[in-house]
Amino acid sequence: MLRSGQPLTGPNRKRCHEDEMLLGSVLEERERGFVIDTRSAQAAKQARMTGGGTEPKSSYPQWKRLHQPLERGRPLQESFIKLVEACNDASLGMDRWLARLESCRWLSHVKAALSTACLAAQCVDREQASVLVHGAEGTDTTLLVTALAQVILDPACRTLAGFQGLLEREWIQAGHPFHLRCARSAYSHARLKQEAPLFLLFLDCVWQLSRQFPFSLEFGEGLLLTLFDNAYASNYGTFLCNNEKERCLCKVKESTHSLWAWLDQPEEKKKYLNPLYSPNPLAIWPSVEPQSIQLWQGLFFRWIRSSQYLDEAWAEMRRLVE
Amino acid sequence: VENVRLLDRLSSRKAALGTLYLTATHVIFVENVSETRKETWVLHSQISSIEKQATTATGCPLLIRCKNFQVIQLVIPQERDCHDVYISLIRLARPVKYEELYCFSFNPKLDKEEREKGWSLVDLNDEYNRMGIPNSYWQISDVNRDYGVCDSYPTEVYVPKSATAHIIVGSSKFRSRRRFPALSYYCKDNNASICRSSQPLSGFSARCLEDEQMLQAIRKANPGSDFIYVVDTRPKLNAMANRAAGKGYENEDNYSNIKFQFIGIENIHVMRNSLQKMLEVCELKSPSMSDFLWGLENSGWLKHIKAIMDAGTFIAKAVAEEGVSVLVHCSDGWDRTAQVCSVASLLLDPYYRTVKGFMVLIEKDWISFGHKFNHRYGNLDGDPKEISPVIDQFIECVWQLMEQFPCAFEFNERFLIHVQHHIYSCQFGNFLCNSQKERRELKIQERTYSLWAHLWKNRADYLNPLYRSDHSQTRGTLHPQMAPCNFLYKFWSGMYNRFEKGLHPRQSVTDYLMAVKEETQQLEEELEVLGERLANLQKLQVNGNKVKSMQQDRSKHLGLSASNNSLANTPQEYSNDLKSFPSRSPSQGDEEDSALILTQDNLKSSDPDLSANSDQESGVEDLSCRSPSGGSCLPSEDSGKDSDEAVCLA
Repeated sequence: MLRSGQPLTGPNRKRCHEDEMLLGSVLEERERGFVIDTRSAQAAKQARMTGGGTEPKSSYPQWKRLHQPLERGRPLQESFIKLVEACNDASLGMDRWLARLESCRWLSHVKAALSTACLAAQCVDREQASVLVHGAEGTDTTLLVTALAQVILDPACRTLAGFQGLLEREWIQAGHPFHLRCARSAYSHARLKQEAPLFLLFLDCVWQLSRQFPFSLEFGEGLLLTLFDNAYASNYGTFLCNNEKERCLCKVKESTHSLWAWLDQPEEKKKYLNPLYSPNPLAIWPSVEPQSIQLWQGLFFRWIRSSQYLDEAWAEMRRLVE
Repeated sequence: VENVRLLDRLSSRKAALGTLYLTATHVIFVENVSETRKETWVLHSQISSIEKQATTATGCPLLIRCKNFQVIQLVIPQERDCHDVYISLIRLARPVKYEELYCFSFNPKLDKEEREKGWSLVDLNDEYNRMGIPNSYWQISDVNRDYGVCDSYPTEVYVPKSATAHIIVGSSKFRSRRRFPALSYYCKDNNASICRSSQPLSGFSARCLEDEQMLQAIRKANPGSDFIYVVDTRPKLNAMANRAAGKGYENEDNYSNIKFQFIGIENIHVMRNSLQKMLEVCELKSPSMSDFLWGLENSGWLKHIKAIMDAGTFIAKAVAEEGVSVLVHCSDGWDRTAQVCSVASLLLDPYYRTVKGFMVLIEKDWISFGHKFNHRYGNLDGDPKEISPVIDQFIECVWQLMEQFPCAFEFNERFLIHVQHHIYSCQFGNFLCNSQKERRELKIQERTYSLWAHLWKNRADYLNPLYRSDHSQTRGTLHPQMAPCNFLYKFWSGMYNRFEKGLHPRQSVTDYLMAVKEETQQLEEELEVLGERLANLQKLQVNGNKVKSMQQDRSKHLGLSASNNSLANTPQEYSNDLKSFPSRSPSQGDEEDSALILTQDNLKSSDPDLSANSDQESGVEDLSCRSPSGGSCLPSEDSGKDSDEAVCLA
């Protein structure tokens, strides 16, 4: 599985010999690969006008392009804000709740993200084909897809250590601009242009997986909530800045502590472990039917309603297993 | 009929080829694949509707929709055969006599004594005794002993001490269907009670002294409060409309010391349509999130569930927190009244949250109080306008509560699903007819078997591993969260998409935890035995013998794995654009599905319905199975357990 930014074909259909060679070198002769473009076909075409574009078939004959549009940027942030507003709306009657939930479109985004990640995973696992994932910049929906696909495919990514490694690799080092994207969250009135909850969307998808495969992830919901918190505001330097370059310039490693180091401490670690975990060497294929995708109550209603009864249930589960 | 294809709803590519059989009681589809010969059994009683669709090149499609939400799609090659099957099924699914029903031919090979014992497992007298009745405030009345006062009530009713036979009879004449106020639940801690009746025949101004006395008697039976609530579970408009027909509701001016309250729950017709709409959403092919949410909202189903829950909560609060008695009614007092009283009882009393207690609850508020099972669930062919998912809604309320309070119920989701299944299956005699009177006339207890005995025997399958009777969540009254809590109501895919295995979590936490619990128990017992041996040996040692201390071999026991890791689950179709994505070869898919077949060794269960080699598909069973108890294999409600049977014990 590969990821990149969009090819800069531009309006004049520029070609790049090195890029074609690079992609060509991935495939054997007569082997076929897939390009999953996280923009709609139309958006990808329009990108040419501003210097971007897609891989033309003539230049990349072995690669088949699939468009799986995923929401990003302002619309995704709006979706998030609307959902949080709906959740907090005490006046909302049962006869209008679902329509309101639907109008936020958040769950549709979860469904789309999971579907695309599964598609990428299927390419690799079922079709034994290489897949290149990119959107526009390669820093948002691209990372969402590649990271999620690895959770689906790779049991190592489902361990606590492996998941941390995945985050470090596919989000932090890959250059997801955390500083810009995780700025003010849902309550802020300042509608920052660059803010978008891609990382939260990723965490939500992982939560969906944990619900559908309760034994397959070594960590529980608590870890996902902690990661969500720390992406926006943290005592640790792990999610600071927008990319490795900035982190170097700001001397993050020298002046801050790592979140992973803290999470790895035995007393902390055991809070995040899933008592039901049993290593599953196989890929986990989620159902993306609407009935199978649920609203992440633990996150969206975290401060609205008591989780006492569910916490007690988890405590009981731990007790039974121990 | 041969060469029939059974289509898979989600994956249009998967179709099984086999033979269709029609018997007196079932429709059976047997797959041609020789190794497994997977079977799908459907009881005629379960069939809700049959739809013959337009003939295509591949054959004549027939769609069978079941009351337990199973949907079977068959394609019959010859149009004439299809027509014959269609006509036959229509007749078979609409019996005219009770004797045609399965319960009269069902034979679990028990003797007469066992059959009787099965019926006496749930005894309502014991239940009222458990509540503390009779006592100084409440007594049992035999005024209805020949069903002379009210033919839809049981022979034994519980009434306030001060309610004489005269008062009861007088009140019954003033109530719709003669259903006078009678006791449903009594709280011995504070003497508050829940009583139920039908609407008074008050019209605009009629009064009845005895009925007013009846309500006073209820109030007096609770010295801790000087008034009672009267809860009308209908929407106000409907109740008011009833007044024009000479019925209506209690006027606070006429009845002393009552506080009247409307809690609007819609009627059976609205509910029937609501379910219909929701099922249409479930039948959508590849719905988007929008389609689904809009469809669900439009059906109004969850709104109705919440309305029932809110009513039950109001009543439970009145009893537990205010110590005030409540009289509940709707129109005839056998639908919404039953729902609301049983939800309230469940919230109030932890006993009803046990396996036995739940069976007692249904026996009390539904069976004995004359809920019209035959009319509502179509045992026999009848008026389609009487059909309504009343008890289904109650069962769903219980499930919603289980989701909110995971430690508070002794039983699990499977229990609820099987109860619902059997209400429609007519395999057992408990849910036949419309009243106790009719059941006795038909001699149900002598000619059929009791579901309760069957469930009780298999209760190991129905337990909730998180339940502990001493857990704080379990004891006392449950307090469902009030607003804002719309989000707490979830779509119950375990019930309405029950037979679509791909939708459900692939791994059953419940079964795993139950297995862990059992294993732990075994280990603890062994530990005890070893401990005793150690103690004995130590005694010997005291006598001067040198004995090596016993070493407990802890490590070897736990080969418990949460899932059989050699089982894969299959990806669904993730891309809408099928052409762009090459299809997998059919053989690949089948291999994995066959890997999901459970072997008897893997399953630890006393459920006779569980057949070896039962597949993930619904109602599927192997002809060659033999139950552990040695009895004949019962056509099961489903494959005995649900999809997620990736549980296996090493």
